[in-house]
Amino acid sequence: MRAYRASIPAGKAYLWGMRPTDLLKVLPEGLYCPSADVFIDPVRPVARALITHGHSDHARAGHGAVLATPETLAIMSVRYGANFAGSTQAVGYGESVTLGDTKFRFVPAGHVLGSAQILVEAGPLRIVVSGDYKRAADPTCAAFEVVPCDVFVTEATFGLPVFRHPPLSDEVQKLLHSLAQFPQQTHLIGAYALGKAQRLMALIRQAGYEKPIYIHGALENLTRLYQAHGIDLGEIRKISPGDGALAGEIVICPPSAIQDRWTRRFADPITAFASGWMRIRARARQRGVELPLVVSDHADWDDLCRTIQETGAHEIWVTHGAEDALVHWCHVQGLRAQPLHMVGYGDEGEAEPPLAQESGLL
Amino acid sequence: MNRFATLIDRLAYEPRRNAKLILLRDYFASTHDTERGYALAALTGSLSFKNAKPALIRTLVSARTDPVLFGLSYDFIGDLSETAALIWPAAARPHDDVPEHPSLSTVVETLATLGKAELPNRLAAWLDALDETGRWALLKLITGGLRIGVSARLAKTAIAALGPHAPDAIEDVWHGVSPPYRELFAWAEGRGPRPEHSDPAPFRPVMLAHAIEDSDFDTLDAKDFVAEWKWDGIRVQAVSAADEDGRIVTRLYSRTGDDISNAFPDLAEALAGINAAIDGELLIIRDGAVQDFNTLQKRLNRTAVTAKMVQDFPAAIRAYDLLFADGRDWREAPFGERRARLNQIVREHGSARLELSPLVPFGTWDELRAARRDPAALGADAKAIEGVMLKRADSAYLPGRPKGYWYKWKRDPFTVDAVLMYAQRGHGKRSSFYSDYTFGVWRTGPHGDELVPVGKAYFGFTDAELRQIDAFVRRNTTNRFGPVREVTHTPDEGLVFEVAFEGLSRSTRHKSGLAMRFPRIARLRWDKPPREADRIDALETLADGAAMRLAVPSETDERIIE
Repeated sequence: MRAYRASIPAGKAYLWGMRPTDLLKVLPEGLYCPSADVFIDPVRPVARALITHGHSDHARAGHGAVLATPETLAIMSVRYGANFAGSTQAVGYGESVTLGDTKFRFVPAGHVLGSAQILVEAGPLRIVVSGDYKRAADPTCAAFEVVPCDVFVTEATFGLPVFRHPPLSDEVQKLLHSLAQFPQQTHLIGAYALGKAQRLMALIRQAGYEKPIYIHGALENLTRLYQAHGIDLGEIRKISPGDGALAGEIVICPPSAIQDRWTRRFADPITAFASGWMRIRARARQRGVELPLVVSDHADWDDLCRTIQETGAHEIWVTHGAEDALVHWCHVQGLRAQPLHMVGYGDEGEAEPPLAQESGLL
Repeated sequence: MNRFATLIDRLAYEPRRNAKLILLRDYFASTHDTERGYALAALTGSLSFKNAKPALIRTLVSARTDPVLFGLSYDFIGDLSETAALIWPAAARPHDDVPEHPSLSTVVETLATLGKAELPNRLAAWLDALDETGRWALLKLITGGLRIGVSARLAKTAIAALGPHAPDAIEDVWHGVSPPYRELFAWAEGRGPRPEHSDPAPFRPVMLAHAIEDSDFDTLDAKDFVAEWKWDGIRVQAVSAADEDGRIVTRLYSRTGDDISNAFPDLAEALAGINAAIDGELLIIRDGAVQDFNTLQKRLNRTAVTAKMVQDFPAAIRAYDLLFADGRDWREAPFGERRARLNQIVREHGSARLELSPLVPFGTWDELRAARRDPAALGADAKAIEGVMLKRADSAYLPGRPKGYWYKWKRDPFTVDAVLMYAQRGHGKRSSFYSDYTFGVWRTGPHGDELVPVGKAYFGFTDAELRQIDAFVRRNTTNRFGPVREVTHTPDEGLVFEVAFEGLSRSTRHKSGLAMRFPRIARLRWDKPPREADRIDALETLADGAAMRLAVPSETDERIIE
């Protein structure tokens, strides 16, 4: 990576025959495009930012100008208030903007509502910054599109071959089966507030469940936003003090709430958690999860590998996650690949939950 | 295999006993005969697969995966079966050539006859056909490590829930039936006759006692009861009888019905030919003196039984009761009659390995209280006594824990004042509470006094106290490690527990070098500053065999919780 970081003066002379690392550089703030003077998903406030999607580790408040899909801008506005940036510009899927000599096109990433990959084009050189993405079906957002490119910048949240997400219908059936088997218990599901929660609602509806789904107050605004974008989630009720113990009902809450004192109101709740991490038994047990639901908004190992191949990229940059395994796989395939060692991603969404470190007990 | 896999997958995460019971019952009620029979066998530990070793699994996986990726994955997960189940690559095959999932019955029946050489290919073919959960279940099953928190007793209770019989009735026939238990299910569901024992030395469900409450003494008449020492060993049932061919079969069962004869071949041999079923306590008796539980544990902890171990730790039984002899079931007879016949049998057998457990003479409850406080005064091996047992002289031997017949009156527990150091979230109903506590006592460290953890306890407190401790933990957290919180524990600030426990032994597995037996929170000492908690020296003295009490709780606030 050291060689790639060697600084080369920016300017037209390098446009043709430009190296990928001239077009995009890793700076402490995030990926930077010198020719357009813009960052992609910066983790600190910058003058100009392109945002792939609304998860808080990618979309932070306080930038000067923000360019993103209209849905992502709406999400940021719900989360941070209308004045989250100095100025904003919406770019729809398939649309391009040209900044300096560089063209940026936003393409669906299939991760959450409004999530985009950003194709960075300078002359013949094409780099796709995919942000977070998945290939599995999701009724709540536009499906991932493969964009042929020279360099593919990929996440590796689930970048180990032990992560193969199971069929979604199986996971939802597991939940509905438990509801039938334990009709006196509240089924409390931890799900990330943006994306996972709404996708889960849609999946539960697809499986034919028609009763109201109850939600924690922290999920309300984003869920309403999804509904306002025409996504049918059925009847969603925010829990109110008069609701009682909600025996036999589905309640969705943010992961941080599943073991919170807030849960004491429910009828002997069965704790479920919807996450790709639920594939690993120890992870589920650490969180006290009794009904793990393997539902992920990230590509699993097979889809990471498949996507890399389909883009036709000859060089792969891995932003965050289990970089070692994916980089190794790329090398075996004869592809150039390196981890970018980017700091600051993976704080929301399916960030790896903190390990219960050996606390030196006994 | 898929349905069995789903079942054990759910059981593995489910902390509630009742929910486990429902999961088991529903599975048994909706699964066909052979399949559910082998599932029951798997859950009760009645299956073993000799040739399937972890090394074989490793070899199979290594042949199919990139070693670097396998290594990274194994490091990440830390469990071989789980890593293998998840990383196993989908076999490339035409779409219409999907192999049939092996049923649990197929797996069990095939492995019973399959040669060792054929195992790798067969196993690989099954792994190809199963999904992740199915592969995990298969690998756990054949390597003998289900570990899903289901006891044999719970599985039998679920069988009882299929029909009109009580769990003890299932226990009663259990040792006459074998996998896949068709006749057992037929009977349990009210469709067939009661299975008859063909086993000459079956296990019979044991009778258990209730802990006596202070108020019980007001209503119980001392004259109706006899008392025995409650030995601190392993409750066993020794059975020896001849089969149809006249061959003598001798077995030792744990109180849950597990056959533990192989761990005590010396004892089984010594009991051969008693021609009876005897309820008693397995103890180490050297030169006529009963050794304490720590000594017994040294023998229990070994995997292989060596001649030296047999010689150094000679096992014997102190007999309490008689269940079967002379070709008849003695359980209906009153205790006095059973005891008289037991006495004769023990005397006639004439082996030092089988002794009658002596009765404790008493006329009033006060006399018994005195005996319990000082067994040595009556000539008993006080270190191996954990209290007295009260039995109604006219009581039959009733399986389970019937009320009003047998009481245990345990010796006062040891107690220590210790400081709460770490708290961990509980499970199930307690998942929003910090309910598992690690506590420590003072020792002299390189930088002055420091607390060293000596044990962990998660019960003994009331629901109201749990709320108070939980609130204390949340207000006084100094560090977080996943589900664990470190709690303020300085000489001046912190929470002191009075911890009750049954014994202490030296242990290299614990930081403090001590392992506590059966610790529980006896009292919250909000009044006590941590600096006044106990020191490790006192515990070490106890572990080294001094029969001293650290702090004798008064009779009134003694709380024995089970």
